[in-house]
Amino acid sequence: MGTMLTINDINVFYGAIHAIKGVSLEVNEGEIVTLIGANGAGKSTILRTISGLLKPKTGSIQFEGQEIAGMPAHEIVKTGISQVPEGRRIFAEMSVLENLELGAFTRKDKDGIKADMELVFERFPRLKERIGQLAGTLSGGEQQMLAMGRALMSRPRLLLLDEPSMGLAPLLIKEIFTIIQDINKTGTTVLLVEQNANMALSIAHRAYVLETGRITLSGDAKELAASDEVRKAYLGG
Amino acid sequence: MDFLHQFVQQLINGVSLGSIYALIALGYTMIYGIIKLINFAHGDIYMVGAYIGFFAITRAGLSIVPALLISMVVTGILGMIVERLAYKPLRHAPRISVLITAIGVSFFLEYASMYFVSPTPRTFPEVIPSVAFNVGPFIVNGQQMLIMGITLVLMLILTYIVQKTKLGKAMRAASFDVETAQLMGINADRVISFTFCIGSALAAAAGVLVGVYYNSIDPLMGIMPGLKAFVAAVLGGIGILPGAVAGGIILGVIEALVSGFISSTFRDAAAFAILILVLLFKPSGIFGKNTREKV
Repeated sequence: MGTMLTINDINVFYGAIHAIKGVSLEVNEGEIVTLIGANGAGKSTILRTISGLLKPKTGSIQFEGQEIAGMPAHEIVKTGISQVPEGRRIFAEMSVLENLELGAFTRKDKDGIKADMELVFERFPRLKERIGQLAGTLSGGEQQMLAMGRALMSRPRLLLLDEPSMGLAPLLIKEIFTIIQDINKTGTTVLLVEQNANMALSIAHRAYVLETGRITLSGDAKELAASDEVRKAYLGG
Repeated sequence: MDFLHQFVQQLINGVSLGSIYALIALGYTMIYGIIKLINFAHGDIYMVGAYIGFFAITRAGLSIVPALLISMVVTGILGMIVERLAYKPLRHAPRISVLITAIGVSFFLEYASMYFVSPTPRTFPEVIPSVAFNVGPFIVNGQQMLIMGITLVLMLILTYIVQKTKLGKAMRAASFDVETAQLMGINADRVISFTFCIGSALAAAAGVLVGVYYNSIDPLMGIMPGLKAFVAAVLGGIGILPGAVAGGIILGVIEALVSGFISSTFRDAAAFAILILVLLFKPSGIFGKNTREKV
């Protein structure tokens, strides 16, 4: 198991605002790594920088040995990284099927796409039932499943998940997290951003804690979950 | 009976005029849909299309359909060039800067055309025999048939492209959410460029058809139809393709009815009164709906 993603000392700005201050982190092949922290700490900004929606001012991001910092987002998808954006961002006015097809936009292997779509339907049977329905008519949980299925359609080796639990009922959150673990077990590396630190730490192998643009703690997820510092700040005592 | 007769006749005139508005409005609405820009130069693109068609017929001696196709291709490329040079550098600029640039492009096209083809109006050659068909008691002339026929064909092609092709899917995705479209691997710049190409080609078709219909073209001919098509796009719901078509036809019909029953001097007033009414009572347009987000 080698290192898949290496972020080295990146600085990201929103205009004059210095959002990410010298962050370095690593994701190894086969891991679930989670990035936890309060609202506004910069978790999403890091994911958006990896996927190319934002460009770091300085620093490097290497994916499987290839420098991807500064590459346009639509090229980064082709390298094997796929992002499930915060708030799901499904194409509400298109059908479930079209959403999934868009997930495979960069691929040309028709048979492979078809096979992967079957896999997505196996994982999310409810999407198959709603295949012709407009995505905007799905429930919040189903939309999250669609966003995940859509991301899987590009057959990523690294899946970036941004707040998958947002706005979902506790039972659904559990279901989604079980699916994330499942996706990981079948060979996809996961980088997970969550405000629900409890859930995130329960499925992750390793974790980083982010505070106002800086990484303040990192280590084994179980150990972090047990540490006083993390418990006080993020797990409600 | 006489009233009904005239009403239906004006309806026919209105639909053919409305088809022209619809073709222009489609470009407005597609471009707005994808980069949220009211492209005020769009009416002038239509004018350039009319001139290219004019020269293809008079200088190259082509008949109407090849001239129309050449005009659409050349104007489509012009649209892409305009986007690349004038709008792409402003992709992350405030919307007002892009809007002002569009007005600048509009003036540029108008006055560059005056320089190159002279401001004198030109008489568009008669490309199809002026025949009139009697449909029951009503009269449809050859030009009207041509306009309605070509508009219908172009709309079917456009619908196919947007609904069935991969590029069409990319266009719809990007106009719904550019950022997420990029996460799917869609090259937004390419989609935007393609959208300008199609929108400009449709405007060019409208330009040539208007030349055929009214027999006269001049470098400032795009101003009024450009504004009217903008009204049509807003009436139908800006950003929505079927809305642009419906808005264009409705506007054409209303104008024809006002000209026929009240006075043609009120025609333009009626069109802009519609804009005011739509903005007052249903700013999202006929087909527009309030977008809601599920949490």
